[in-house]
Amino acid sequence: MELSEVFTALGLGLITLVTRCFFFISERELPFPSWAHRGLQYAPIAALAAVVVPEILVSHGALVTTWLDARLFGAAAGAGFYFYKRGQGQAVLGTIIVGMAVYLPLRIGLGW
Amino acid sequence: MFFDPANFRHPAFRQGMVDTLKVAPGIWAWGLMTGVAMVQAGLSPTMATLMTLVIYGGSAQLAAIPLLVAGAPVWVILATAFCVNLRFAVFSLHLRQYMMAWPRSQRLCIGYFIADMNYVQFVHSYPQASETSEGQRSEMAYLSGNCFLNWFGWQVSGLAGVVLAAQVPLQWGLGFAGVLALFGILCSLCQTRMRVISLAVAGAAAVAAYALPMRLNILVAIAAAVAVCVVIEQTPLAGKKVNS
Repeated sequence: MELSEVFTALGLGLITLVTRCFFFISERELPFPSWAHRGLQYAPIAALAAVVVPEILVSHGALVTTWLDARLFGAAAGAGFYFYKRGQGQAVLGTIIVGMAVYLPLRIGLGW
Repeated sequence: MFFDPANFRHPAFRQGMVDTLKVAPGIWAWGLMTGVAMVQAGLSPTMATLMTLVIYGGSAQLAAIPLLVAGAPVWVILATAFCVNLRFAVFSLHLRQYMMAWPRSQRLCIGYFIADMNYVQFVHSYPQASETSEGQRSEMAYLSGNCFLNWFGWQVSGLAGVVLAAQVPLQWGLGFAGVLALFGILCSLCQTRMRVISLAVAGAAAVAAYALPMRLNILVAIAAAVAVCVVIEQTPLAGKKVNS
């Protein structure tokens, strides 16, 4: 392992710390205009969607062009389960398990 | 922090751990595959171990792997990780109201450990920041327990992945469990029509702008979703009043 790799890993750890604490590092009041305050309530779900949606819909750098992709069916099954069980404690766990139960056979069995 | 007895002796600490267990299998599978992916991509086991221990962020680790293997400049790797982690900065703005009751050292100590699940479960359990010191202790104890078990499970499964890299074929795609865990959280956030619109706009923009370098598509997606939502929230399209 080279020294530059160590610095990169430590730098990435610092990025984790800085991004996760970003808006509560400083004690100063945040000078946001009111429209920004209103807009920021929509940001958490947007930020998560921006990471998750491409993980399901992008393949080789572009939107998937085939239905034969196990991720599509796994995610659809997971979402179906979540909204069927909505509001119950284990809904997210069920989403993972049902999604994987659909995804793995398609992926390993059929090679999608 | 989780090594503070005032936190781990508090009943909320246990509740936080119980809530983590509700999504734990997804986290373990994701951690395992992140460890496997790092080694199979050609990183040395030492580097993969260091990355697991220090970075504690699956999506940033996965985004960094191809760049590290290709020998990309360090600043490109860091900028990419920053964009992938932008969602945490957004979460931190929401968490600020809970955190400012504590000294900075405490805020940074716990802040490092607040991953996606922890943020969502915490604000779900404590929709309003408490004004009393008792309530604030309960918040911190819950967050400590919730973060501790998530971190511990991630470390164990990630290191197991590094060790088992030769035995677990990447082709199985077990890492998709991590995507499904985040996807389930995304579903749980879909509580108002405006949030669904935000999700749809951000998702579409993130896919459309995917070709941008350094995962800047994530920044574009957040900006697009916030802009669209601010414009349409006063129109009938917004549906019911947003309550949180």
